[in-house]
Amino acid sequence: MTTGEPGQQRTDRSPWNWLLVVPIALPLLTFLYNGDEPRLFGWPLFYWLQVAFIVVGVTTTTIVYRMTK
Amino acid sequence: MSAHTTELVVFILLFAIVSGMGFVAARWRRPNDLASLNEWGLGGRSFGSWITWFLIGGDLYTAYTFVAVPALVFSSGALGFYALPYTVVVYPLVFLVLARMWSVSHVHGFVTPADFVRARFGSPTLALVIAITGLVATMPYIALQLVGIEAVLKAMGITGHLPIIIAFAILAAYTYQSGLRAPALIAFVKDSLIYIVILAAVIYIPAKLGGWSSIFDAAAEKFAATPNPNDGILLTANNQLQYVTLAFGSALALFLYPHSLTGVLASKNRNVIKRNMSALPAYSLVLGLIALLGFMAIAAGTKPITAGGKADSNTIVPVLLDQMFPDWFTGVAYAAIGIGALVPAAIMSIAAANLFTRNIYREYINKNATDSQEASVSKIVSLVVKVGAVLCILLLDPQFSIDLQLIGGVIILQTLPSVALGLYTRWFHKGGLIAGWAAGLAAGMWMLYLIPNPANGKQHFGGSAFGLQNLGFDTTMTIYAGFLALIVNLAVAAVGTLIFRAAKVADGQDATKRGDYFADEGDPDVKDLDLAGSH
Repeated sequence: MTTGEPGQQRTDRSPWNWLLVVPIALPLLTFLYNGDEPRLFGWPLFYWLQVAFIVVGVTTTTIVYRMTK
Repeated sequence: MSAHTTELVVFILLFAIVSGMGFVAARWRRPNDLASLNEWGLGGRSFGSWITWFLIGGDLYTAYTFVAVPALVFSSGALGFYALPYTVVVYPLVFLVLARMWSVSHVHGFVTPADFVRARFGSPTLALVIAITGLVATMPYIALQLVGIEAVLKAMGITGHLPIIIAFAILAAYTYQSGLRAPALIAFVKDSLIYIVILAAVIYIPAKLGGWSSIFDAAAEKFAATPNPNDGILLTANNQLQYVTLAFGSALALFLYPHSLTGVLASKNRNVIKRNMSALPAYSLVLGLIALLGFMAIAAGTKPITAGGKADSNTIVPVLLDQMFPDWFTGVAYAAIGIGALVPAAIMSIAAANLFTRNIYREYINKNATDSQEASVSKIVSLVVKVGAVLCILLLDPQFSIDLQLIGGVIILQTLPSVALGLYTRWFHKGGLIAGWAAGLAAGMWMLYLIPNPANGKQHFGGSAFGLQNLGFDTTMTIYAGFLALIVNLAVAAVGTLIFRAAKVADGQDATKRGDYFADEGDPDVKDLDLAGSH
């Protein structure tokens, strides 16, 4: 395979990319959140923890974006 | 009817404002010449972070989602909440993939995913297969946006099909004139209204219903009283695998839909895409809250509107909003849902039109089509697609569109090996990919056919939860049919590739170079859109 620009091989590889696995894996592990207690503001664990995963997703993608810019 | 006058006036007013914006959009960020797919179909390929955020958000989170997800939560409970993990998983999943797709598409002037497959695998046949799959998956999705509008109209006591026809005629006219600029501009209004309505709903409604605790408790009580063992406010042992595979499979499928890629390709550089992958989850939060409207409806004792002896569960949210809010605000909420249907319907019809133009018209009918011929064909096809969607709803049972959309999700997943894996590896043989696609499609259809829906007495195509006992396993667990079909697809594609290689069957030429996948705005390749380069 050749690269478009000789001398400067571009790539999107970075060890930071592995961070993206966290928000992909967490929401798929039902045993983490499939329960009622503890409740938060009346929300069962099932609902508030999955909403909290949004924060994990935003944080990790932001870190990866900044570190690989 | 008179009870809904205020709602109707607000609804029509907002609808009219948005329609005006749709026509004015042709002059927004005006290019010298709208007559090319880069301009009409991709808005000039120059959208920055904010416009892209509204455009993709407005595109992915559709009116149908807003009525169907809470309706599912209302009837099944926790399972319907899969929409949340689905939209959490999707962005990190496609973070790197979409940046590659953007780069290679800009270097080669690709407008559709099938354009990419055509160049990458050197196979017009494989490209045609991908294009037709995209068209078939997108068409019922457009029709479903009408179901979203209809749910709102029903709640306002309006029956008959004339309002739907008028709404779609206006939509068709300004999409024809302004192209992707129209939904991009309207998306600002749509999303702002949605955010306002949801914020109000999650503060105001729980306060009226005695707090979040009592809402969840009321839901738990309702599900405990039903004979169905698989509903409830938590997942059961049987549907956890279904929940996870449905969330993951839907995440894999989302950006394979041609209309999702349209928004991505319209952005101006790689950073806009990456930044949006961290910003788009704001919509997931809204979707999670919207899903919980289903529980609020249970707590409020909301009853869906019944027509012809059948309860239309899609009317749950509109009826709940009507019960809870003052009339003028209900009107705003209804307008948010109605306009929420227009943005995705416009983008989807543009994406479908582009597929037809680039991968059927240009490939098989007029090989030397000019930019302006491509744009004219796309504009006309976008009209045809909308007429088709309206006819689908008028002539067929809306349930047919819902079934088709369910099938659409399963079949669009079958383009993953060519489109998404194709961005990473050229290992697969074009023959293997076609064989895998066919096998995945057949397996998916067979599984969907076997799924009954006891709730409405349907024998076939009753959902996406495939019982593993059909495969001889001694279990009551279910799995998402699309996910299983994708595994079949990948296995056949891999084995097929080995066989075609061993038999020395000629493979296609790869027209892309490694560097193309990392090119960015400002590169010499990218500045000059080489539209001939894809052939």
